[in-house]
Amino acid sequence: MPVEIYLNVAASGLLTGLVYGLMALGLSVIFGVVRVVNFAHGEMMTLAMYLTLVLFGALKLDPLVLLVPIAAALFVFGYLLQIGLINPFINRPEHSQFMLLVAVALILVNVQLIVFGPDAQGIRTTYSFDSYQLGPLIVDASKVYAAGAALVVAAALFAFFRFTLLGKAIRACADNYHGALVVGLNVKRLYALTFGIGAACVGAAGAMLMAVTDVTPTIGPAYTLLAFVIVITGGLGSMPGALLGGLLIGLTEALGGVLFTPSAKSMFAFGLLVLVLLFRPQGILGRKAA
Amino acid sequence: MSLLEGVPRRGLALLAALLVLLLVFPMFASGYLLAVGFLILYFAYVGQAWNVMMGFAGQLSLGHSLYVGLGAYAAAALYVHFGLSPWIGLGAAIALCALAGAAIGFLAFRFGVAGVYFAILTIAFAEFARIGFDHFAWVRGSSGLFLPVANYTENDLWNLRGSPTMFYYLMLAMTAGAFVLCHALLRSRMGYYWQAIRESPEAAEALGVNVFRCKMVAVVISAAMTSLAGVVFAFYYNNLFPEQIFHVSRSIELILGPIIGGIGTLFGPIVGAFLLTGLAEGLRELMLQLGIDVPGVKQVFYGLCLLLVVVFLPDGVWPPIARRLGLRRGP
Repeated sequence: MPVEIYLNVAASGLLTGLVYGLMALGLSVIFGVVRVVNFAHGEMMTLAMYLTLVLFGALKLDPLVLLVPIAAALFVFGYLLQIGLINPFINRPEHSQFMLLVAVALILVNVQLIVFGPDAQGIRTTYSFDSYQLGPLIVDASKVYAAGAALVVAAALFAFFRFTLLGKAIRACADNYHGALVVGLNVKRLYALTFGIGAACVGAAGAMLMAVTDVTPTIGPAYTLLAFVIVITGGLGSMPGALLGGLLIGLTEALGGVLFTPSAKSMFAFGLLVLVLLFRPQGILGRKAA
Repeated sequence: MSLLEGVPRRGLALLAALLVLLLVFPMFASGYLLAVGFLILYFAYVGQAWNVMMGFAGQLSLGHSLYVGLGAYAAAALYVHFGLSPWIGLGAAIALCALAGAAIGFLAFRFGVAGVYFAILTIAFAEFARIGFDHFAWVRGSSGLFLPVANYTENDLWNLRGSPTMFYYLMLAMTAGAFVLCHALLRSRMGYYWQAIRESPEAAEALGVNVFRCKMVAVVISAAMTSLAGVVFAFYYNNLFPEQIFHVSRSIELILGPIIGGIGTLFGPIVGAFLLTGLAEGLRELMLQLGIDVPGVKQVFYGLCLLLVVVFLPDGVWPPIARRLGLRRGP
C-alpha cells in the first residue's frame, strides 16, 4: 500500500518539476547568452503569477490560454530591462551586475507586496479537483496540463534555437561575443531578445504554476533560489540539463516532503545542490568549464 | 604606533571628532534615537565584517544572515538552557560560525565554485539553516526562542542584561574595534594577498600566493566577526525566530551599507550604515506623519538606493567624499 503513495507523490513531483524546469530554462538561456545572472528570476515568476491571477479574475480565461499573453508581457518586460538597465552593465564586473539585479529583485518583490498584500492567493479552475487514474497512479488533471504545456513551450524553444536564423544568431553571440560583433550582428539587440525570451519562459511557467499552487509576494526569492539550484544541478548552459534538473528537484522535494515533513522539503533540494557541487561541479549534463 | 602610520592627520582628527560625537550621543538622545543609533552601529559592524570577505578578498557572500543567526542561537540557547554567560556563549558562537564558514569555503574553493555560484551557495546554506532551525526542537523551532527579561534597572554586562544605553556603548566599542581590526588586516601580509586575489586570482596564484588558504582565512574571519553581532542581536531583542534571523532579506539588508558606502574601503560600511539606516528611519517617520502604513515601502526604498548607487556611483558614496576631504589622492 505505502508504495503506491510514494509512486503517486513521485509522479506529482515529476509533473511539477517540469514546470520548474521551464522556469529554470529561462534562467539558463539568459545566463548562457547574456552571461548575466538574473537574480530577479523568481520575482519575475511571481509577477507572472499575479498577472495570471488578475487576468483570470477579469476575463475568466483558462491559465493555459492566459499563458500566451502573459509570456508576451514578460517578454516585453525582459526586453526593456535588458535595453534600459543591463546592457550598460555588460562590461562591468560580475558582482556589479549581480547587485543591479538584486536591486531589481528587491524592488519587484516589495512592489508586489504593496500592491497585492502579503496573503496567499489562488485560483480555482473548472478542473481544479479533477484527476486521472493510470493503473495504481492518481494524478491531478491541472498538473498534467501544466506539465504538458511546459513540454510544448520547451520544445518550441529548442526548435527556435536549432532551426531559425535568429536562434542561430543568438547562439553565435553566446559562443563568441567578439566573433558575433565582427560578422555584424547587433549583439545588444540580440541580448535584449534573449533576455525577453528567458523572461517569456518564466511568464509561461508562472501562468501554469498558478493553476497548481497559490502565490504570495515573498515566495519570489525562494523561486529564484530554486531556479539556481535546478540550473546548477542540471548543468549550466545546458538546455536539456535545466529540464532534467527540474525533474530531479521536483522529485526530490516531493519525496522529501512525504518522507519527512512537507515544510522541510526544500532542505533536500539544497542537499542535492551541495552533493552536485561536491562531486560534479559542472552539473549533471554540463560540460567541464574551460 | 605603527598602526597609525600613513594615516593623514586630517583623517585622524575627523575620526576622533566622530568618536567623541558618538560617545556623547546617548546623553542627548531620546529612547527612539538611541535605538536608531544602535541599529546604525549594528549595520556598520556587520557591514565591516562582510567587507572583509567581499571588499578585501573579493568573495561575494549573500548568506551572512547564517552567521548572525548561528551566533545568536548558540549564545541564546546556552543562556536559556544552562544559564551560561553570553561571553562564554560567544566562544561557542565564534567556533560554530568559523566552522560553518570553513565548511562553505572548503566546499566552494576546493571545487572552483567562484563568483556568482559562490554567492548562490552561501544563500543555499543560510536557507538550509533557516528551514533546519524551524524544525530544531531544542531551540523551540519555528515558535521562536525567547530570552528571559528580568529587570532593566541595573546593567549586568556579564550577562548582557541592561539598558539600551549599555547596548549602544557595547555596539560602539565593537564597531570601533572592527574598524581597527580591518585597518590592521588591510595592511597585513594577508591583506595584500587578499587584494591581489580580489584583483586577479590567476595572477596571485602565479605569484605563489596560496589562494585557497587566503580565501579560507577571509571567510573564517568574516564569519567569526559576524557571529559576535548575532550574539548582541539576540540579547538586545530577546527573541529569535528562524524565519526572521536567517532570511535572505536579512543578508541583503546587511550588505547594502558597505555597497552604498563603498566596497573595500575602510570607512564605506560605516558611512553606508549611517546613510541608509538614517534615511530609512526618516522615511518611516515621514510615513507615520502622513498616516501611510504599508509594509514593503522601506524595502522598495532600499532597492532604489541600491539601484542608483550601483548605476551612478559604482565605487560607492565614500570614495568621492574622501577625495573631497583630501583624505585620499588620485582616482
